[in-house]
Amino acid sequence: MYWNSIITALESLTANKLRSALTILGIVIGVGAVIAMLAIGSGAQNTITGSIEGIGTNLLFVVSGGSEDVRNPKPLTLDDAEALTDSFQAPSVLGVAPTLQGNAEVSAQGEIHITQLNGVTTEYEFVRNATLYEGEFINEAHLLGRSAVVLLGWDVAEELFGRTDGVTGQRVRIEGQPFTVIGVLAQKGGTGFTNEDDRVLVPLTTAQARLLRRSTPNRVDMILVQAVSADDVAAATEEVSAILRARHRTAIGEDDFTVFNQQDFVDTAQQITGVFTIFLGGIAAISLLVGGIGIMNIMLVSVIERTREIGLRKALGARKSDILVQFLAESSLLSLTGGILGIVLGWLIATIVGIIAANANADINPVIGLDAVLLATLFSTAVGLFFGLYPANRAASLEPVEALRYE
Amino acid sequence: MSDYVVDARDLTKVYQMGDVEVHALRGLSIKIKRGEVMSIMGPSGSGKSTLMNTLGCLDRPTSGDYLLDGESVAELDDDQLADIRNRKVGFIFQTFNLLPRATAMANVELPMRYAGVTEGRSQRAQAALETVGLGDRVHHRPNELSGGQQQRVAIARALINNPAIVMADEPTGNLDTKSGDEIMKLLLGLNEEQGVTLIIVTHDPEIAARTNRIVTIRDGRVED
Repeated sequence: MYWNSIITALESLTANKLRSALTILGIVIGVGAVIAMLAIGSGAQNTITGSIEGIGTNLLFVVSGGSEDVRNPKPLTLDDAEALTDSFQAPSVLGVAPTLQGNAEVSAQGEIHITQLNGVTTEYEFVRNATLYEGEFINEAHLLGRSAVVLLGWDVAEELFGRTDGVTGQRVRIEGQPFTVIGVLAQKGGTGFTNEDDRVLVPLTTAQARLLRRSTPNRVDMILVQAVSADDVAAATEEVSAILRARHRTAIGEDDFTVFNQQDFVDTAQQITGVFTIFLGGIAAISLLVGGIGIMNIMLVSVIERTREIGLRKALGARKSDILVQFLAESSLLSLTGGILGIVLGWLIATIVGIIAANANADINPVIGLDAVLLATLFSTAVGLFFGLYPANRAASLEPVEALRYE
Repeated sequence: MSDYVVDARDLTKVYQMGDVEVHALRGLSIKIKRGEVMSIMGPSGSGKSTLMNTLGCLDRPTSGDYLLDGESVAELDDDQLADIRNRKVGFIFQTFNLLPRATAMANVELPMRYAGVTEGRSQRAQAALETVGLGDRVHHRPNELSGGQQQRVAIARALINNPAIVMADEPTGNLDTKSGDEIMKLLLGLNEEQGVTLIIVTHDPEIAARTNRIVTIRDGRVED
């Protein structure tokens, strides 16, 4: 019975090839757009998640500001950072790197570049796994002497000097003050929210004194804490919080600081990209809806054209349900074919976007999940059924006498 | 089982056309014996088409009783009527009404499909097409057949489920004299050989003259 319906549907669809093709095209575009958007969205999500995970699974980020109920919040200071290194109170903490962060104008040879400026200590190198392309890292002497030395990020070196080799020893100006380049950071590539290659590092003390003055002396913007291992992140978070609560004398539950770990960032990023993906997919779904309306339109025309045929079928003994199934088979066949072609089209679009993105140095690998394919197939068939239902019902409800008389 | 394959009593049919009630049938009674060849004649608007639609179970009478092959069909619902049409009525139309994209075979198989027959459909269709002399045209589509041949396919289709009655509405109306004559011969032959009960609706007195009984309808009643 159902097999017959499919054959009959195929016959009548192939009788009007151009019309069927155009109707299918509407669904192809709709499903293709949905698939492509979902694939690109989840590709972007993976890229961002990956680059955040690249930060290191055992890192904690401590920033000031927390509960709004704290009456007299205190900023994070170098002393706080110093206190976190206490291996008795904080056995899970391996390294502590306080930083100052801001933006600065860096210039050399007439090139001006505005970039992120980080004031860091020697621990930063180990805590953040910073590797150098050339030169050497900031040392204790630089910190003690508040030296005017700077490490350039890969992109900054490219921007200012047009090269990354032999930049060490060159002089640059930061906010108009002369600095000596002591090294270039190795290229990190892979961009998430921030470009790790577009920044410069200076000694923390230098930043405090000359570049990023803060109202409170000794104040730092962020303390990076390295836990002993990924498994100790929770314990380290507890220890860090306990020490800071004691030092800031805040009531329990009312911290004036916040500790993030990498997983928090991953979660946030996934939430944001998830919303983004749903948004894109939603817009694409509108075109699927339009395709569905196209099916309905064509099916209505088809019902009118075939009124006599419907009358005849009824005269020969077709029940209401037979006619209903016949027309529903046609509309779902249209949408299912469109769905399958749409998956192929979506895959093509996603692949092309992936290639374009790779050429533009944004590493997005579109992922077409089985769930997206299933969803698109189901959804497009549902669209066909839904938009085919009204025309099919109209056909099934025709009176045989009237339908046979129809010219 | 009763001798009468059709036993209709006091059939009335009222159509609502806007504000006007049209009485197409006004208490019409008719009995048709099994194996009879009968023609229904009458001017346009006499209620002839309404009678044919009612006898063919395409439509229900407003009131009255109708026993078709011993089954009361006057008050069945749409799907039950569809079932009756499928099993008990064969239709032959003036315009043939074949599915244009389907082969002769597929057209003849159609009523079996709606009857839920799954086994031996093509053999039965083949046999039916041979009976009407189209054994060599089985895989032709309607546009590859002449008018007479198309009507033969329609006759094969009408007979395929062994109906109690065959309703033919102007079966020769769209044919030239020669093919029309052949179709009439075929129909009358089927009646003689297989005992098919035949009801022919026609304007043509010559066609009517070839049947056993002529019933003339006027103003929704059988004219005496």
